[in-house]
Amino acid sequence: MDGATQTHPELSEIFNKDEERVDWHDETLWWIRQKRDKSAHSIPEWEQLRETASQIKNNVLSDLSAYLVSFEEKALANGIIVHWAADAAEHNRIVHGILKENGIQQMVKSKSMLTEECHLNEYLEQQGLDVIDSDLGERIVQLAKEPPSHIVLPCIHKKKEEIGDLFHIHLGVPAGTSDPQILTETARQHLRETFLTRRAALTGVNFAIAETGEFVVCTNEGNADMGAHLADVHIASMGIEKIIPERRHLGVFLRLLTRSATGQPITTYSSHFKKPRPGQQMHIVIVDNGRTIQMGREDFRNSLKCIRCGACMNTCPVYRRSGGHSYHNAISGPIGAILAPNLDMKKYADLPFASTLCGSCSNVCPVKIDIHQQLYKWRQVIVKEGYADSTKKIGMQLMTFTLSSPAVYRTAGKAGRWFLKHVPFAVNNKFNPWYKQRDMPEAPAESFGEWYKKNVKKS
Amino acid sequence: MSRDKILAALRQNQPEKVALPTTLSFERDVNLNLAEKFKAMAEGIGSKVYMVAGFGEIGPVIGMDFPSEKRIVSTVPELVSAAIPAFVLDADPHTYEDVDVAIFKPRIAVAENSALWITEDRMGVRALPFITQHIVMLVDIALLVPDMHAAYEKIGSADYGFSTFIAGPSKTADIEQSLVLGAHGPRSMTIFMYS
Repeated sequence: MDGATQTHPELSEIFNKDEERVDWHDETLWWIRQKRDKSAHSIPEWEQLRETASQIKNNVLSDLSAYLVSFEEKALANGIIVHWAADAAEHNRIVHGILKENGIQQMVKSKSMLTEECHLNEYLEQQGLDVIDSDLGERIVQLAKEPPSHIVLPCIHKKKEEIGDLFHIHLGVPAGTSDPQILTETARQHLRETFLTRRAALTGVNFAIAETGEFVVCTNEGNADMGAHLADVHIASMGIEKIIPERRHLGVFLRLLTRSATGQPITTYSSHFKKPRPGQQMHIVIVDNGRTIQMGREDFRNSLKCIRCGACMNTCPVYRRSGGHSYHNAISGPIGAILAPNLDMKKYADLPFASTLCGSCSNVCPVKIDIHQQLYKWRQVIVKEGYADSTKKIGMQLMTFTLSSPAVYRTAGKAGRWFLKHVPFAVNNKFNPWYKQRDMPEAPAESFGEWYKKNVKKS
Repeated sequence: MSRDKILAALRQNQPEKVALPTTLSFERDVNLNLAEKFKAMAEGIGSKVYMVAGFGEIGPVIGMDFPSEKRIVSTVPELVSAAIPAFVLDADPHTYEDVDVAIFKPRIAVAENSALWITEDRMGVRALPFITQHIVMLVDIALLVPDMHAAYEKIGSADYGFSTFIAGPSKTADIEQSLVLGAHGPRSMTIFMYS
């Protein structure tokens, strides 16, 4: 699962081998994008909501240190234990420490992309602890020993027959079962047993309120609540950027989040955790892991406004046709491609290039992050720092040469058309990356420039 | 240690202070029929909605809708009978694992998305609205507000240990985007609206 040696183009090539599956993946995500549109357009004040959310998040970023101090103070007063982690390793050690202190060997976990980012499951397993993911999609990819391929829809890349096979092996359903109703019921029974027997539950955090010290967790399945309310120990992991200033600001964000994500008017559960229940321990782990560095990169800091709705993935023509795993990072898609280089510029140098820069991601972003502009800016940083791969560099230099001289441009165009027309095999071969999964177009008889010259002269 | 390092790094790296938006007022359709909108949204996400004239009508309908369910508990004192026993507190939430039907009275009903705001003091125990197989909500139409902004205005600075918005039965579409009701929480939600 560690994709250090394989890049986005290489991993996409694997995904693109099965054309039917690519079409299916593409259409499924586009359908979700359409649901988002329908839902957003049903609210006349949608654009005003996005603008307000963006302004609130801008304020949060500009005063985050003070908001975190306020959040901590209120949370402590509410009886919550607060931990701070500089990086993934410290986060994992803190969680392990809490479990060890309570003599707990098994934990149930609801969706938390932060723990994916920190590779918490692997770490705890190495310590001999057992973690079960309770979100259905996450449980499915866990059984398949894969990371999630989408932040909201973890197993969007899997067909129901494949899920049936996994459930046959691990949960004992009859071979060949593929009815989503039966598979979901099987997971419900299996995980209910888990919820009832685990003494510790870990959840993510969607929003943490500086004013009150409470945090909000949103799910459709009810798995975060089932875990947290039955466990003796509740651990909530949050990145520092999850803060919002006041409780009433939730009105803005809860209206935007699910409409942007799946087109639903709201998640089934928007749970506000303020104090532990009597006899329960409630812990919050506040994690940096590179976020303060991103804060210092002026061109990229507003990527920290992200509320993890996934709208940019659903709309992205590259994500839809290359699949989440091709991004070899916990967060995939356009937002992942601007967050990852901050963590490791060399390892993720390929990701900002996994985009057409069409701008669709920025158009749907509920907090107005300029995603496609940041992708473009990361490319420049990566080339300048010397992390771009060499074929890309040579290609870019050739492009610069061609595009900066009209005469060279005209000659190159003519030569290209001649080749396509007379010796198509010269370009329709595996040495041309544009030929992969595509046929080259038929060459037009003349360029637009030539046509224009002729027709303008005629009239 | 890490706390101070993180805060110091932020103080150094965060941009110049930008003000919060001063107002959170949005366009609103003043002619919207809140009860109708709420009902349409609730049914749209898989809830069953009954409009009843009075409290007395509710008990018999519950009896008819859940004829074979064994354990029914009501956290609403006005809706307790021989057939519908009152909630009895047990400190161990696991003891509610066999509850079939649980009845609650939320505090706010949001028309735009049919979300129901229920604070801990109306849950019996925190686990109950989630662990029950079926959930029943009694909604006084006087509790209706148009949207989430109005809901938070009403919530204000109320104190609670735990509170939640619940909209419909638990659900998932993780398997090929096929919607299935009854993920880990209730399999169904029944709402009685009364005035």
